[in-house]
Amino acid sequence: MSATEDVGYDPTPDTGGPAQPLIKVQNLKKYFPVRGGPLGRVQAQVQAVDGVSFDVAKGETLGIVGESGCGKSTTAKLLIGLTERDQGDIIFDGLALGEKLSLKDLRRGVQMVFQDSYATLNPRMTIEASVAFGARVQGLDKPEDRARKLMDRVGLDPARFAHRYPHELSGGQRQRVNIARALAMSPRLVVLDEAVSALDKSVEAQVLNLLNDLRAEFGLTYIFISHDLNVVRYISDRILVMYLGEVVEVAPVASIWAEQAHPYTRSLFSAMPSMDPDNRTKEPPLSGDPPNPINPPSGCRFHTRCRFKADVCKTKTPKLAGLSVNAKHMVACHLHDADSGHPKAGQGVPS
Amino acid sequence: MTGKLVDIRNLSVRFKGKRTVHAINDVSLSMEQGETLALLGESGSGKSVTLKTLLGLLPPKRSEIDGSIHVNGVDVLSLRGKALAKYRGGEVSMVFQEPALALDPVFTVGHQIAESVRRHKGVSRDEAMSVALDMLDRVRIPSANRRLHNYPHELSGGMRQRVMIALALACRPRLLLADEPTTALDATVQIQILLLLRELQKEFGMGVIFVTHDIGVAVEISERVAVMYAGQIFEEGTTREIIREGRHPYTQGLLAANLHDVEQGQRLNAIPGAPPALESKPDGCSFAPRCPKALPECTAGLPPMLMPAPRRRVACIRAGEPVVAE
Ligand SMILES: Nc1ncnc2c1ncn2[C@@H]1O[C@H](COP(=O)(O)OP(=O)(O)OP(=O)(O)O)[C@@H](O)[C@H]1O
Ligand SMILES: Nc1ncnc2c1ncn2[C@@H]1O[C@H](COP(=O)(O)OP(=O)(O)OP(=O)(O)O)[C@@H](O)[C@H]1O
Ligand SMILES: [Mg+2]
Ligand SMILES: [Mg+2]
Repeated sequence: MSATEDVGYDPTPDTGGPAQPLIKVQNLKKYFPVRGGPLGRVQAQVQAVDGVSFDVAKGETLGIVGESGCGKSTTAKLLIGLTERDQGDIIFDGLALGEKLSLKDLRRGVQMVFQDSYATLNPRMTIEASVAFGARVQGLDKPEDRARKLMDRVGLDPARFAHRYPHELSGGQRQRVNIARALAMSPRLVVLDEAVSALDKSVEAQVLNLLNDLRAEFGLTYIFISHDLNVVRYISDRILVMYLGEVVEVAPVASIWAEQAHPYTRSLFSAMPSMDPDNRTKEPPLSGDPPNPINPPSGCRFHTRCRFKADVCKTKTPKLAGLSVNAKHMVACHLHDADSGHPKAGQGVPS
Repeated sequence: MTGKLVDIRNLSVRFKGKRTVHAINDVSLSMEQGETLALLGESGSGKSVTLKTLLGLLPPKRSEIDGSIHVNGVDVLSLRGKALAKYRGGEVSMVFQEPALALDPVFTVGHQIAESVRRHKGVSRDEAMSVALDMLDRVRIPSANRRLHNYPHELSGGMRQRVMIALALACRPRLLLADEPTTALDATVQIQILLLLRELQKEFGMGVIFVTHDIGVAVEISERVAVMYAGQIFEEGTTREIIREGRHPYTQGLLAANLHDVEQGQRLNAIPGAPPALESKPDGCSFAPRCPKALPECTAGLPPMLMPAPRRRVACIRAGEPVVAE
């Protein structure tokens, strides 16, 4: 019996074939109203996600990185329909949400593992019941059996953990429960929002090996949100960089690792902790506060913190476009657009 | 009474329930005033329980505690009622792994910080609010004035962590317990928060115990490192000693499981197996079943504590052997 049958992985069938992206997102927008005053009127909007587009191929892993508050979790929640979008299209295997695809069908296909492992587990349910819950909702038979097999698969011995409650587990153990719970729903796409951040390096390595195995076994597709660039590099085929609600760069891993085309991406990459006690980081690579998403800077949103800003950056919004050397490496920066009007345009990011 | 900031002696913590969990097993640890210590270890190794015990946060009915803990000379385990409430958040405070545990969803963040200041310092509501504002500024929350009136759910994960740090530092504690406060943060903010904590630590002269599983983070934040496994301290030393010449096979495994420069798809160097169940008190080396260097003696009795230098210790039979350079 294959491992797939063993844990009862039973996803909805592929409809569009391998060439059709599993998920395609176009011009996704979400503004959160900010209320205030005596009447609680909407006084402003937080532009949490502002015109985000990308797609993820079947079996591909897309890593999403970016500063805190740039809209990664909101993007993820929009994708699973947990937060309602203001605008934009979400197309899952060729079917558009709200047209041929219902929210229920979307949720059957996409599962999410959340940043806050506590918040998503019912404190009054045992671990086994939590993992089995999804399978039961799907009407799959023997949900407890499946739950135990999945727990085993994520490295939690059912005999030890099945009857514990969430508060009786460590953070890392809880996060693996969440992964098992997501898999119990037999999703095709799993969105992992900081899913390994609470794990120590050794268990993290085990979980990443596990995610790789599950991808190979089940043909899963992942969207992997993490602040740890080393992890994102390891697990992803492509990396998408967000800044203040927008996509500033998206590229195959090897390409972006070799050369960060956006000045923001460059600061982000140099923010990795040093491993040398005699050479600790002295200054944060990005100074200045992240701008207020209520009133984001005009033009390029990064210009207020960018070392290479020119006048054009304050007025003109750069468009995401492929680099001349590699069309798959996309960046939204005037430095790379020969016609942008930036004095150093077309020369790339200076060292 | 000692002049030490922290003096933990032979601490053991057991949880009772359907199954007993021996979460902490004979831990001794001391810290000088103003020192920064990273508690490094695998998930479930007892890092959070150590911090919770230090803060008197364990459920008394379901946990059994042996040993002694003194913080600034105060016998923590004997504190009850008002004295305990005053100690918590006053003398010692904590930044949690998960903001959901520390921040109350029904109050604004400004209100929560101000309440804590009022409770511990007995100042007026207005004064407390201005302390709250100052603290949000110090942890570099943009537009602090506006954020004061936000509810926790209106903030991003990174901002919630900063609010928790502001809340923890508002009463100027002597000891800050930080339980993985940067694990959910992106790299730019993580490094900013580590530098911020380093600065505030110097400015306030407080001691910090920083729980992390990320060696890079330990390097950035702490002078000293204690490595935990199965509720015990396996190795202790300066950060430099641990990084450069970690002697315990577990420490060496942790250093090797690092993701620096690993190719995509390549199998990771995870330490095989899982930590022990902790259902009984360890009577041999808890790491032996996973240890590449294990000898038959390792399971026969608790490993000896080797002390190669002052304030340096390793709990391993083989730690005396010369370290082979790679
Ligand atoms: N329910 C909400 N109401 C109002 N504002 C919100 C809400 N949820 C998120 N925001 C705001 O939207 C922006 C994006 O938040 P989001 O949680 O998506 O960030 P993130 O990239 O996941 O950050 P982090 O890395 O810190 O988790 C932030 O400015 C945040 O304060
Ligand atoms: N209230 C409790 N009741 C029973 N067992 C508990 C309780 N709290 C913690 N434990 C157990 O004690 C052990 C130590 O847990 P602790 O939370 O200290 O781990 P940790 O080192 O902080 O791990 P992580 O890095 O995953 O947060 C674990 O095996 C955990 O399951
Ligand atoms: Mg988030
Ligand atoms: Mg913990």
